[in-house]
Amino acid sequence: MKYIDEFRDGELARTLASAIAREARSGRSYNLMEFCGGHTHAISRYGLSDLLPPNVNMIHGPGCPVCVLPIGRIDNAIALAARPDLILCTYADTMRVPASKGTSLLKAKARGADIRMIYSSADAVRIAQENPGRDVVFFAIGFETTTPPTAVAITRAMAQELTNFSVFCNHVLTPAAISNILESKEVRELGTVPLDGFIGPAHVSTIIGSQPYEYFAEEYGRPVVIAGFEPLDVMQAILMLVRQLNEGRAVVENEFTRAVTREGNTKAKALVAEVFELRRSFEWRGLGEVPYSALRIKAKYAAFDAEARYGITYISVPDNKACECGAILRGVKKPADCKVFGTVCTPENPIGSCMVSSEGACAAHYTYGRFKDVQVVAAPPATVAA
Amino acid sequence: MSEVRNDYIRPVDFRHGRVDMTHGGGGRAMAQLIDELFLRAFDNEWLRQANDQAAFAVCAGRMVMATDSHVVSPLFFPGGDIGCLSVHGTINDVAMSGAVPLYLSAGFILEEGFPLIDLKRVVESMAAAAREAGVPVVTGDTKVVEKGKGDGVFITTTGIGMVPEGVAISGNAAKPGDRILVSGTMGDHGVAIMSLRENLTFETTIRSDTAALHGLVAAMVEAVPRIHCLRDPTRGGLATTLNELASQSGCGMVIAERRIPVNGQVNAACEFLGLDPLYVANEGKLVAICAADDADALLAAMRAHPQGKDAAIIGEVIADPHHFVQMDTSFGGRRVVDWLTGEQLPRIC
Repeated sequence: MKYIDEFRDGELARTLASAIAREARSGRSYNLMEFCGGHTHAISRYGLSDLLPPNVNMIHGPGCPVCVLPIGRIDNAIALAARPDLILCTYADTMRVPASKGTSLLKAKARGADIRMIYSSADAVRIAQENPGRDVVFFAIGFETTTPPTAVAITRAMAQELTNFSVFCNHVLTPAAISNILESKEVRELGTVPLDGFIGPAHVSTIIGSQPYEYFAEEYGRPVVIAGFEPLDVMQAILMLVRQLNEGRAVVENEFTRAVTREGNTKAKALVAEVFELRRSFEWRGLGEVPYSALRIKAKYAAFDAEARYGITYISVPDNKACECGAILRGVKKPADCKVFGTVCTPENPIGSCMVSSEGACAAHYTYGRFKDVQVVAAPPATVAA
Repeated sequence: MSEVRNDYIRPVDFRHGRVDMTHGGGGRAMAQLIDELFLRAFDNEWLRQANDQAAFAVCAGRMVMATDSHVVSPLFFPGGDIGCLSVHGTINDVAMSGAVPLYLSAGFILEEGFPLIDLKRVVESMAAAAREAGVPVVTGDTKVVEKGKGDGVFITTTGIGMVPEGVAISGNAAKPGDRILVSGTMGDHGVAIMSLRENLTFETTIRSDTAALHGLVAAMVEAVPRIHCLRDPTRGGLATTLNELASQSGCGMVIAERRIPVNGQVNAACEFLGLDPLYVANEGKLVAICAADDADALLAAMRAHPQGKDAAIIGEVIADPHHFVQMDTSFGGRRVVDWLTGEQLPRIC
């Protein structure tokens, strides 16, 4: 496939892998966090860690929009969907996230709630136009990448004077989460999470640019490389981080020059600033309350704010006690460290949110990598005829 | 003055008419629909007898029987429709035992209000598929459900066939060292369907690969009667089928990503939808497993048949108590190819 296969080339991967192995010094380790679930998915799907030397470790970060959504917010969405005559529109990933009392949006749908899986915020606006007699709520989640489309949906609904459309806004911010991890006890005091550098998500930076990461590089002395989501992008970013660490540098570098600039997409940023404002605090699964880490809809657009319209009150719900999602999202534990991983908690019956989305650390490891946890029969490379 | 014409029945208005409850009521309307649509389309000596069952002679040997229900949405898609799909699906289930499919039955559940013109199109497509495959529909049934209690039309078909002597194909027969083959590109059907789904219209020239595979199977069985396993990777795609076979046979598998044929457009569609072509449905492809020594002969027989021209050997069966299906990625790493979880859902970003 043009423009994609080029970034999955096995030959180039081996060249990069040997460069990483050559340049990574044997006397030290390199602990690199890929913040974004998209990277986690790529690393697992392409078996990237097989290509890294043993002293280069990838730590999965909290950048999976579904994983960090707290139970209480899913409960709110289910309560909305249960209202008579209301249509709840949602991205498909959230359907299976476990909520309180063993429920989920998928189960609520089976019980008769009108929940529609959509691919784009524009679909939610269209559904509102097509159903003038019914209230339509868009369950908006995601990081900076999915925020501008939600802003577009709201401004479009306003321009069309739609009175039956609103948005339940759960958009969160990447830099706030990274700060929270760097400020956490485990990283700052206990040193239980060695964190030497970050791979920053390119999708997010196509919107916000690379500039917001400069603060981390300066303040915390951690290098950041913004990388695309193809496996070669990730390999290249790892090499760039290894080089920075070897040279004692801590700056923001951009691997994804094909779409990311320092300033990002100024038009999208302006639209987001027009529609949204910072929340004082927002609960993240795994990280807890994180100050100024999420967006809410401005008063000017209150008519389209489902929280105001339906008087939604947020009630925090603790995670299942056995679930280690919190520690896994902070990089403190790995999926296989969790007692319920692969036993009670599987992708079919997820207990924790990390097992739900394919971007979640647990689901990615379960789906692609769990054979490494057991003594596997040493399989030779697939011998196949030409 | 009106003149009553004896025995005159006004023909069914296929152009403007719709299915109503009388079409399933057992009365004259139902008899007329059967006569003017089903009998006419499927016409054969068994249906002409107008009995509630079909009688036919059986020969000695092993018979196989398979049933399949079809509920596809949309009903019409590039490369096919629910009608031909319901014929191909069951013929393929029968053929995956190595059997020669002989007869089909068809059960229809129609939703009140369904346009008769669409029903006619579906039935005629089914009849054409059955005729082309040389497998007659010898008995059938029609029921009508109230509006809102169905989705246009559901079709259940059952097929029976005879297994040639000396053929013992079964999902539990794979052995370590065996080779794994596929008959062609993976994921075409699923992507053709998805391209038309509500909210998701995108332009593609991909067509469903829906086809009856018994001709290909016959050629394969003739070349290598000792084939161990055959299966058509329908729902859940190649990944799910390999996991089924691995767990049935109590072994593991290693496949090579770069050997798996995938159409470029299917790859592109999967890429922007966040799907994996290994999990996307096929309706005209098969997976075969045979001894290493037979693999080249089997591959040659497949490639000599039009339905197997893109056939490839994609991997091998290994001993593995965990029954994992592993894949060498074209990138150079190795990963598990797991069972499909739930439905394949697109990722958010």
